[in-house]
Amino acid sequence: MARALINVPPKAKRGELIEIKTLISHNMETGFRPDNTGKPVPRDIITEFVCKYNGEEIFRAELYPAVSANPFLTFFTIATESGTLNFEWTGDNGFSATESVNITVE
Amino acid sequence: MTRHDDTLQATRRRFLIDTAALAGAAGIWLPLATGPASATPASMRAAIRKVVGEAPVTKGRLKIDLPPLIENGNAVSLTVAVESPMTVEDHVKAIHVFTEKNPQPNVISVQLGPRAGRATFSSRIRLADSQKVIAIAQMSDGSFWSDEIEVIVTLAACLEGV
Repeated sequence: MARALINVPPKAKRGELIEIKTLISHNMETGFRPDNTGKPVPRDIITEFVCKYNGEEIFRAELYPAVSANPFLTFFTIATESGTLNFEWTGDNGFSATESVNITVE
Repeated sequence: MTRHDDTLQATRRRFLIDTAALAGAAGIWLPLATGPASATPASMRAAIRKVVGEAPVTKGRLKIDLPPLIENGNAVSLTVAVESPMTVEDHVKAIHVFTEKNPQPNVISVQLGPRAGRATFSSRIRLADSQKVIAIAQMSDGSFWSDEIEVIVTLAACLEGV
C-alpha cells in the first residue's frame, strides 16, 4: 500500500474556499529510461486521480510520465457540507490506492 | 608567392568549412543517436489538436507559473491558474498541459467544475530539456484559452539510465 499524505482543513465555514493538498509515494517509472543493459525499464505510473466530496466528483486528473515521482497535486473546492472527501489513485500494473478525510462545515 | 598564398588560403578555408560541417553534423546527430525520440513541436501541436479539435485557441485568461531557470528537471513545481468566476453557467471544465521536447507531449490533464471554486491546480512535473510549456483551458462555453512559457533546464529528467 502506497503511503499517501492528504492535507485538508478539518473545519471550514460554509461556502469557504479550501485548498486540498495530496501527495502519494510512487516512483512514476517513465518507460523511457534505459537500464544497465540498455533496454528501457517498463512504464509504471499512476494514470488517474479522482477526488470526491460526499460521493460527488469535484476534481479529476489524468497523469502522464511527465509527472514527477511521488505525484503531488493541490486544488481547491468550496466547503458545502460536513462529510467525507474520498481520494483515489489508479495506475499501471493494477495499482490502486484510496484515502478519505473528514471535514466539518459550520 | 601569390600562388602559394592562394593555396594556403584555400586549404585553410577548406579546413574551416569541413570542421564546421563536422561539428554541425555531430551536434545534430549525437542527441538523435543517444536519446529516445522526443516530442517535437509538431507532435505537440497534434496532441493539442486532439484535445481542442478544430476550435480556435486564444491567448489569455490563464497563467502558467513555472520557474524560468530550472536546475533540476526531475521535479519542477507547476501552477496553472485560470481566471474564471467558476459558476454553474461559466466555469473551467478542463486544463491541459503540454511540452515541446519531452518524450511525450502530454504532461497532465485535469477536469474540474463549478464546485472547485477556483480554477487553479499545482503539481510537480519532469522536463527533459529547455523548451516551451503550453497550458490550455477548456471553458464551459466551449472556448479554449492558452498560455505558454519558455523555460531553461540545466539538468534534464527522464532520459538518463538507471
